[in-house]
Order: sequence, then structure tokens, then C-alpha cells
Amino acid sequence: MNLLLPPGTATPSLVADYATVLIFILVGFVFAGIALGVAKLLRPSNPSPAKLTTYECGELPTGSSWVRFNVRFYLVALFFIVFDVEVIFLYPWAVVFKQLYPVPQLGALVFWEMIIFLAILSVGLAYVWVKGDLAWVKKLVDRTPAESATPAVLEEEVSAQ
Amino acid sequence: MGGMSDQGLHVTGAALMATLMFTVMALCAIVFTWMERKVAGFIQSRYGPMYTGRWQGWAQAVADMLKILGKEDIIPAQADKGLFVFAPILVLLGSLLAWAAIPWSPGFIAADLDLGLFYIFAVSSMVVIGILMAGWASNNKWALYGAARGAAQMVSYEIPLALATIPVILNVGSLNTQDIVIAQQGGMFNWFVFHDPFLFIAFWMYFIASIAETNRGPFDMPETESELVAGYHTEYTGMRFAFFFLAEYANLFLVAIIASVVFLGGWWAPIPGLDFAPALTLVIKGVLLVFLNMWVRWTLPRVRVDQLMHLCWKVMIPVTLLCIVGSGLWMILSGELG
Repeated sequence: MNLLLPPGTATPSLVADYATVLIFILVGFVFAGIALGVAKLLRPSNPSPAKLTTYECGELPTGSSWVRFNVRFYLVALFFIVFDVEVIFLYPWAVVFKQLYPVPQLGALVFWEMIIFLAILSVGLAYVWVKGDLAWVKKLVDRTPAESATPAVLEEEVSAQ
Repeated sequence: MGGMSDQGLHVTGAALMATLMFTVMALCAIVFTWMERKVAGFIQSRYGPMYTGRWQGWAQAVADMLKILGKEDIIPAQADKGLFVFAPILVLLGSLLAWAAIPWSPGFIAADLDLGLFYIFAVSSMVVIGILMAGWASNNKWALYGAARGAAQMVSYEIPLALATIPVILNVGSLNTQDIVIAQQGGMFNWFVFHDPFLFIAFWMYFIASIAETNRGPFDMPETESELVAGYHTEYTGMRFAFFFLAEYANLFLVAIIASVVFLGGWWAPIPGLDFAPALTLVIKGVLLVFLNMWVRWTLPRVRVDQLMHLCWKVMIPVTLLCIVGSGLWMILSGELG
């Protein structure tokens, strides 16, 4: 941020730039506080027990709302962590690629290294894909009916009687 | 401000910039809610708002904002009060922080970070935490389902969103948002969207992922009004609800502005020599992309959750990965690298 700095001033350092981010956080809190404060002055406040119940379409809520939900959501979160880390690793490579590729004996390495990295991750993606974990509704494993403990011969004898 | 030190000037400048960005966010909410209702009206052969403010109901959103100020604040007795109060502020902050690294015109940027684009993606992820926090703290079944869906959708689409920008980083060699724009100087055929076929595909992948990332139709699963009442903000009223609303419309413009910066030449005009109003050029590009986003929302029906996941993991992620490899090969084979 060098809007107000006189021309010729040294460019702001890394610390100064992140200080700007910190000031953004503070200003965000200040504006949120002002908005809530102004609203508090203007709005009515007459709470009643019925008004403060949890909304369930006008019915009295049944049980706690902190219920169990589909395990798929956790799996998606797991995949996300794996692939998000991949994206983080791709960024530094993408930044230096243009600079390092023309360097003799380094160019091919820079390119193929990332191809191998992507290939390994694609194997991971292919694995969860084939296992059916990317489908929201996973197919159940085909189960053959459990075998009867009674020998087939005996069963036939019994049914013959 | 003659007597102020450089640090004092820096702090004042940053605070002014943050105030300006907050104003931009508030304007987004006001302008785009009105625009959305007019666009929806046009697409559905009706008028939309017509009375408030006389001309085309332009003051409708302003009136809505004023009305929201007077609404009672209800925090359910069963809610986790601390998280319930903090969640909307976190969502708002996640959006405001990302605006710090947007380059409006040469040198006019709040925080000229070397990590610019990476920083934007990092801080906008805070919105997911805010949404999950809101859904959990409400202690409401609708809100919890909405939040779980929202989190699953937003984290999934964050991957193609970030991957789609990597071909551009390859071509620029920097994450600094100003460097990315400067690299696209010289007319629209130097914009990255027209640089090579892989970047063209990457742009559309970014666009689709950005619709999902802002939870808008056809990917508005977290707020499906016919199933989940209102999703994660079911229990929110008054100003706290307005924060979610503000952040949603601010993010709508934010993703459009990032798309303009990364793929559509940022502040550069389509024809070289017409660059007399850089910030205005960027805003016009952003508004056009927002219009496209609204057009998509009011035209396509909502997808199912399994289709949503299919599109992200089985189509967009492989395609964006191919775009990265393809773009790298294009750079090598076209001799750009020398």
C-alpha cells in the first residue's frame, strides 16, 4: 500500500504488506461491531420462550440437532486434504517453471518431476474412483447368501419326508 | 498529514483502503441484489422490483437493507452462543481479507503480496469454516445439513478452482496479482484466456468452480429453499443474517474480479490504447461475469448432490490436471521458453 506515501519512498517491505492484512482484520471487526451496534439501537427486543426455540417448521423440535450425518461428508473432507496439499505443492513449481526450464540440464528435470508427481496423484484419484468412493451413493459389495450349515444331502432327505 | 511518520501513513492508508473495500462489498450487496432480481425478472418474463425509487425499483435493495437494520435479533436458546455470534463475522472477514490483494489499477492495491493469488485462495477458505460454524452453532437440523453440504461442496470445488489458475502461474512465473495483470498487456489476444486452448478450457473450469464456490444455482445445494428452509443461516435474523448475505454477494463479485485479473487481462482494455480507466475496465469485466453467473443461475435447474460430486471429482479435477500438463507442454513446444 503506497497510496499516501510520498513518491520516492522505499517500497513497503513484506512485513508492511502483512501489516496491511492485519489492519484489514481489525477494520473488519470494527465495521461488524458498528453494524451490529447500530442495529442494536434500532431494533426491537422482546424475546419469548417460544421465539427462542429451535426452528423446525413450527413443530416443537425433537431431540438434539447435533445428529449423525452421512459418512460421505467425512470422506470428501479426507480427499480434500490430500488434493489440497497437492495443489499447495503445485504452486511453487508453477512459479519457478518459467525461470528454471531454460537452465541447461535442469529443464527436463523440472518438467518430468512434476509429471511424475501428477502421475502418482492420478493413481490415487484413479484408486478412489475405481473403489467407488467418488460416487455419492456407493454400491454395496455383492454378498452371496451365507451357506447353510446343514449338508445338502441331509436337506434333501428332510424335504423328501 | 505532514507530521506523520511513514508507519503512520502506512497504517492510515491501509485503514482507508480497508474502508474502501468494505464499501465496495456493501455496494456489491446493494447493486447485485437489485441486478439479480431484474435479471431474474427479465429471464422469467416479468418485471422484478418496479416501485421503490421510481425508476425500475432501483432503491429496493437499499430499502431492504434499512428494513434489516430494524429486525429483531434472535439467538435460539439451544444455540452455542459464542460460535453463533462469531460465525457471520468470520464469513464477512474471509471475504473482506481477500479484497486486500485485488489490483484495481497499476499500484492501486491494498497489500501487494508476492503470494497474492495464493493468499486470496487461503483467506477465502475461511468462509467454509464460518459456514460450518454457523450450521453447527445453530443447533438446528436444517442448518446442520446445509452446513455439511456447503462445506463438502466448497472444499471439493476449491480444488479445481485453484488448479485452474496454475496454467496461468506457469505462464507468469509469479503469484503476485499485479505481475499476473502486467503479463497480459497489449490487447485482448494477450489475455491468458486466449493464450492457448488449455488456458481457454481452464478459464471455463474456473468459472464453473466459482459458481459452485459461491453456492449459487445450479449448485445452490447448501441453501435449497425447498428442502432445507434456508440452509446454514436458517436461525439467523436481522444484521447477522445480513452479514451472510453481504458476504455472499461480495464473494460473487470477488470470484468474477479474480477471473478478470487472472484470465481476462485485469485492468487492460480489450483494444490497446484504450487503457484510460483501468479500475473501471476491471469493474466492467467483473460485472459482465456476474451477469453471466446470474444468467446461468436463472436458466439451469439445480443439480443433485451425486451429480455435483461427479462433476467435480470425475470431470473437473482430471480436466484441470490435463490443462496444467498441456499448458506446460504448449510453453515448451511453442518455443516461448527459448
